[in-house]
Amino acid sequence: MALLHTVNKSPFESNTFDTCLGLAKDGSTILLIEDGVYAATTGHSVAEKIKNASGISFAVLGPDLQARGLEGKLADGIKVVDYEGFVTLVTEHDAVQSWL
Amino acid sequence: MKISIQVNEGPYQHEASDTAYQFTKAALAAGHEIFRVFFYHDGVNNATRLAVPPQDDRNISAQWSELAKENNLDMVVCIAAAQRRGIMDPDEAKRQGLDADNIAEGFRISGLGQLIEAGIESDRLVVFGD
Repeated sequence: MALLHTVNKSPFESNTFDTCLGLAKDGSTILLIEDGVYAATTGHSVAEKIKNASGISFAVLGPDLQARGLEGKLADGIKVVDYEGFVTLVTEHDAVQSWL
Repeated sequence: MKISIQVNEGPYQHEASDTAYQFTKAALAAGHEIFRVFFYHDGVNNATRLAVPPQDDRNISAQWSELAKENNLDMVVCIAAAQRRGIMDPDEAKRQGLDADNIAEGFRISGLGQLIEAGIESDRLVVFGD
């Protein structure tokens, strides 16, 4: 079963991203929203974890990235989606797990 | 696809109410059916009609009311969470002997069964919160 995981906390504030990454199965997608978008930037240990994760897709909510001025710091391999893309991800996966 | 939304965070707290609103709007625009929007925990604070944010800021409660009116949304507020936080409709205010109610247009107060039903009836349940 392919799950869409949403993470809305910065990995420097909360451990939900780490827990999610540890439990996400192959074929699932982790969508970074709200303060979770900090995980999608370069230059820190979290970026390495994303780079080394195989079998899992990563996406980030573009408007939240822009609201924080982070468009220029986006790490490779992370797909930027808008709200419409968020809805599409929800429909493309079997269920949604929100890590709050 | 039939989608339901759960909102667990109050407006102007972090970002969950805004994200939930934008997501709901996008889902409707994409042609999906929103079966229900359920407000739980501090999320019930989205349902007050007495919030007066500065004029250059968005009015989150009013945004929900408008979206509900345009799309005939079913927006349900958890009764136990609402009573704790002073969100009252006219019937509840009267039953509790209070002198005022504050529920915004388009919201209705009901029980947790409505969330369970939303989970069963919808293809997807998306939760937004703190």
